[in-house]
Parts: sequence; C-alpha cells; structure tokens
Amino acid sequence: MSEKTYKDIPGTFVFDADHSRRGYQLNMFMMSLIKHENREAFKANEADYLSKFDLTEAQRRSVLERDWNAMLEHGGNVYYTLKLAATDGTPYEAAYAAMAGMERSKLREMMLTGGRPPEGNQYLSDWKDENP
Amino acid sequence: MAKIVAGVATSHVPLVGVAVDKGMTQEEYFSPLFEGFEKSKQWIADQDPDVVILVYNDHASAFSLELIPTFALGCAASFAIADEGWGARPVPEVVGHPKLAWHIAQSAILDEFDLTIVNQMAVDHGLTVPLSLMFGQPEAWPCPVIPLAVNVIQFPPPTGNRCFQLGRAIQRAVQSFPEDLKVVIFGTGGMSHQLQGPRNGIINQEFDKYYLDNIGPNPENLIAIDHERYLREAGSEGIELVMWLIMRGALGDDLEEVHRLYHVPISNTAFGHLILEDKTT
Repeated sequence: MSEKTYKDIPGTFVFDADHSRRGYQLNMFMMSLIKHENREAFKANEADYLSKFDLTEAQRRSVLERDWNAMLEHGGNVYYTLKLAATDGTPYEAAYAAMAGMERSKLREMMLTGGRPPEGNQYLSDWKDENP
Repeated sequence: MAKIVAGVATSHVPLVGVAVDKGMTQEEYFSPLFEGFEKSKQWIADQDPDVVILVYNDHASAFSLELIPTFALGCAASFAIADEGWGARPVPEVVGHPKLAWHIAQSAILDEFDLTIVNQMAVDHGLTVPLSLMFGQPEAWPCPVIPLAVNVIQFPPPTGNRCFQLGRAIQRAVQSFPEDLKVVIFGTGGMSHQLQGPRNGIINQEFDKYYLDNIGPNPENLIAIDHERYLREAGSEGIELVMWLIMRGALGDDLEEVHRLYHVPISNTAFGHLILEDKTT
C-alpha cells in the first residue's frame, strides 16, 4: 500500500486512509444529516450548524458553495456528500452532472448512450490533451 | 441440514427503490429492468426459500467513519429501514433469522473468519432494493433475511479472494446447521459505475460481460482482479463487485445459470443480474 499506483486514474478520488483522515470531520457533518432534526437545524442556519464541526476553511467553503468536487478533494466521500444533496432536495443526477462539469441533460444523454467509455478514461495521460 | 440452493447477483441502485416506491416501474426508462425481473420474481416464488442471506454494503447509514467493520453479520430478530437523507423507504421491516445468523457467526469465527456480530442495524437501499426487485411490494417480506454488510467504501475493501473464501466458510456453516432450511444467498452491488468526481458515469460493458460470463464457471478469473483494476476499469464504485464473490463462494461448482439481465443505464450504473442454481448433490 506504500505506493499509490491508483493515483494516475483520472477524475477520481480514492477514499484511502489519508483521504479518510483528512475528511473525517467533513464526512461526520454529512453523516449528521441522516437525522431529520439535524437537517432542519442545518437548513435554518448553515454557518451556525457547520461551526459545530472542526472543519478547515476550504471544507467549510466547499459545503456552503455546494462545490461537490471540492468536498471530495478535501476528504469527502461521495456517499456522505450525497446526504447533503438529499438534504437540499438536489437530485443525484444534478450532483453527478456538476461533478462531471456537464449540463444535466448532456450527462443523461451520455448515460443513455452507454455511459462514459473506458477508452481514454483510465490513465491521467489520457486526459492530459483534453484537460491541460 | 440446511443448504444453500442458489445464488442471486444483482446491482442495488437507489433510483430503483425510488421507481418502486413512486410507481414508476412501467416508465420507459425503467421497464426493461422491471420486465427482466418478472422471471426472477417467479423463480424465487417457486423456490420459496426459508431464509435469504443478503450480502450488501451499507452506504453510511448504519455505519459511519466512527466504526468500519469489514464484514458485519446481522444477528438481530429485526432490522429497521434506514433514513438515507430523505426519509426511510416505505418497505416492510426486515425480519432476521437470529438462530442461523448466530450459527454462521460462530462457525465462521472458528473457521478463522472474524465476523463482526451486529444486534442493532438499520438497513439501507443496498439491502432493500434487491428485496424489492426479487419480491415486489408485499405487506411483509416472505422470508427472514440475514444481512451481511461488507465495507466497500473505505479503501481498501476486502480482496476478491477473501470474499470468495468467506463464501466458502458461509457454505460450510450453513451445511452444519441442524435444521432443514432452504437458503438462497444474494450478492449485490456493481456492476461498473462511478458516482464521484469528474470521471463519474464511466461504464465498462466489456468488463461487466467478462464478469457475468466468469462468475459461474471460472470464478478464479475474477478472484485474480485486484483493487486497482476494479477502480481503473470498472469505476471507483465498481469495486462493489467483490460482494458477488462471497455469493459465488457459498455455492458449489455444478451450477446452472437460469437467468441473466444486463441493462445500461440505471442512474450512473450498469445494472447486472444473474441467478445461479446449485446442482451439486
């Protein structure tokens, strides 16, 4: 496990030990949203509710701005961050589209035509030309 | 004695639960899936199992980062339905089979598989979606269910080989249970999918077909797939497929594939389903 050879998978945050340690408080905030009363308290005053968790400024900002990729980058795990989407009433598809940087209709069309193909999407070097 | 007579593999996408709960199963988007499960529903009604062992993963519902058991066996008499952020699914409570579950726990631990024993656990879509697909919308689920929750969220999940060997241990445990019980084991999750990050939406039909073709006759080919290959080729959530190997390990090697379904997409997922009957006598 010492060498993270999976680091060259493009567009993917592997929820490994380092990631999990970094994101513990952020994910536990998300986890708190499985309780109805916590969802209500969060919606009533987001900043106030977030102050109960020991978040970094970048984590706090990612939540307030609903920047789904930034949440993942700062240690979030998608099964936790989707609880925030559920709290907002944001369809998962809209969150997926935002993370993919696509219009929701475009993402849906891509999925209906077989999804994102494995060819050209397995190595960072595949993405270098498209995303310099 | 008790016997595992068949294995059922199926994906467990939450959107499928929404479709069932909101009466959307006839819609064009969903109808290929639900029509494909008509045969499965008839099959399991004919089988009429006494117990289902259901291998699934908890999606930050019962367990959070506070506690991450690799293998957690539900030994309780009943399991509540989890609230995953928008209220609990309107499905019946899941009734367990504590006597068989405890027997499996004891047997597996002495067989050197150190399972976590769980006496209180809410179950989420990972468990309830497969039940809805196989049993429809009954007032009560037709048989007791023993949940086996596997960590596939915190990297690394257990290896494919460990999962397969656990299946073997479960098979030995069930065979040593003194009561006559007909058991069906479900392995759920997969197939290729990724829900997170800029690469979400990746689907690998070639990988999935290889998996469907090999799980019955050549599981050793799938046991050989390492974590990195799942992540890279089948998407970060495609690694859930290791749970199919627990199901497969619990079956003998004389198998008959009685049903197969593969459909892209359901949400961001390639949906796969297989039924394998164990003809070993």
